[in-house]
Amino acid sequence: MTASRTVTVASSHGLHARPAQLFVQAAQEAGIPVTIAKGEKSVDAASILGVLSLGVDHGDEVVLTAEGEGADDVLDALTALLSTDHDEAA
Amino acid sequence: MTDQAVLTGIGIGTGLAYGPVARMAPAPAAPADEPSELGAERENARVAEAIKAVAADLTARGEAAGGSAQEVLKAQAMMAEDPSLAKAVAARLDAGKTAEWAVHDAFGEFMRQLQQLGGYLGERAADLADVSQRVVAHLRGLPAPGVPDPGHPFVLVADDLAPADTALLDLDKVLALVTVEGGPTSHTAILAREKSITAVVGVAGAGDLPDGTTVIVDAAAGQIVTEPDEAQLAQAEERIRERAEAQAAPLTPGALADGTEVPLLANLGSPDGAEEAVALGAEGVGLFRTEFLFLSAEQAPSVAEQREAYQRLLAAFPGKKVVVRALDAGADKPLPFLSSSEEENPALGRRGLRALLAHEEILRDQLTALAEAGAATEAELWVMAPMVSTVEETQQFTALTREHGLRTAGVMVEVPSSALLADRLLPHTDFASIGTNDLTQYTMAADRLLGSVAALQDPWHPAVLRLIAEVGAAGRATGKPVGVCGEAAADPLLAVVLVGLGATTLSMTPAALADVRAELSRHTRQQAEAIAQAALAAATAAEAREAARAAA
Repeated sequence: MTASRTVTVASSHGLHARPAQLFVQAAQEAGIPVTIAKGEKSVDAASILGVLSLGVDHGDEVVLTAEGEGADDVLDALTALLSTDHDEAA
Repeated sequence: MTDQAVLTGIGIGTGLAYGPVARMAPAPAAPADEPSELGAERENARVAEAIKAVAADLTARGEAAGGSAQEVLKAQAMMAEDPSLAKAVAARLDAGKTAEWAVHDAFGEFMRQLQQLGGYLGERAADLADVSQRVVAHLRGLPAPGVPDPGHPFVLVADDLAPADTALLDLDKVLALVTVEGGPTSHTAILAREKSITAVVGVAGAGDLPDGTTVIVDAAAGQIVTEPDEAQLAQAEERIRERAEAQAAPLTPGALADGTEVPLLANLGSPDGAEEAVALGAEGVGLFRTEFLFLSAEQAPSVAEQREAYQRLLAAFPGKKVVVRALDAGADKPLPFLSSSEEENPALGRRGLRALLAHEEILRDQLTALAEAGAATEAELWVMAPMVSTVEETQQFTALTREHGLRTAGVMVEVPSSALLADRLLPHTDFASIGTNDLTQYTMAADRLLGSVAALQDPWHPAVLRLIAEVGAAGRATGKPVGVCGEAAADPLLAVVLVGLGATTLSMTPAALADVRAELSRHTRQQAEAIAQAALAAATAAEAREAARAAA
């Protein structure tokens, strides 16, 4: 099964530094392929270099797509992560 | 077998230490694009092993370092193990390339992508370059580039040290620092003075010292002795013991051998350092930088906020002199509310007092807060203006401080024009304080933050000494005190020269106080003047240093 979500990134510095690390780590632990797309460009969510290269800023909309068993649960967790302001927490 | 050699450089302070060399490994040379002789499968296994080892090492270093360094190192470990990167490397290996070249080339491709994006991501390209070099070094069986960690105390030998290197350095393990590059104001030299680490910089031959060789690092002589014999080691032990005794010597006020008083003061960047400065025998504060109150602010802090900070500082020095410098913005420390426009040459722009006079309300608030804090404490408060270049500026600053009820106002001499006209500036102010770092920068036309011109950034240069002599002479003629704050005052022999040129007080990083106190006590006023004249008569910075040493 394939699932997809559109999320607005909450971290005040966007998907840079620590928020990007937390997101990529979670994507790696998901166990199924996940992609993250901003506009036309889509990258492997488990790739820190890919995620950084999207240049996602605070308030940008990204589309997460997962394929495989438990795709919905994986996307719920990743969506929650992106909707939290980690820079604020740090 | 003894294969002794003596290497020379610029000693920082008068420390002495000996121990085994550990080199900061240079970046490995870029691999060549050669066909693999091992085949894709074996190259792939080599890359996998190297990446795993490098990522594990970065993670372990991060855990040891903690804090923000841990975050950076963790991110680097993730970059090393990045799946997109692994694919790019595998594609090159399938095309018959070597592991070294595949890693170098694939990382290079990602670096270029990041650089094209610029900004924050452009800066991450440097992190990726470091990872790439680590993996290539591992593949070749070479030590990882960067700060070594041999597991025992060592003499660190490097081309030069960047702030990023020293952030990860375990200073408890560093016996001494030796660098091939760098001058007396290099990052290495400043770190060495602050932390009281024995250091010799600009040692041309140090690049060839092999790991593990025992060396004696003698900062007072500016020498490195390799493969010392028993007698030399015993002598070094003796010197180290003597120095330890000098450090533990009673904290007497600074004075020359004939009893001439030379108050030794501390340079401080926040009230937090006051206690340590007093413990190390500071007789007051010769330079209190106020930028810390402003640097993280979007707008200038309120009078009340400032007063609280100043009061905290002044309370630590009852009955003692505390010289506070008005906000010194611009050049290397721009502030959004002061440094408004973009400048081509900020070091020559509207900085220091120029910026304050253009935003007088900020200066007035600061003077108000200082006057209130001064009235509430028992310290003897002096206030000085940074980057003064004319008589008119001197008059303006003095008038403003008087208007706020501050008794003692002074000017910093950092621009050659002020030094040359010191006899005309001093009648309009209460004292002068020579900022040798900027005075050297402006005299030599050499950016103090630029490594490539570090050799010119030498306060021993006779041109700089001559300007200092002008200020000293003007101080004597007008009966006004002339202080020196800046790295120069922390160099014990140069401190003697400065006194010989007419400086009446010296202000420095508190760690340097003991060495300077000990050196001053060895010379009379007459001798200090003779040493100063010897240095002044030299043609080059190196000759000035040598002439002073010979005359001392």
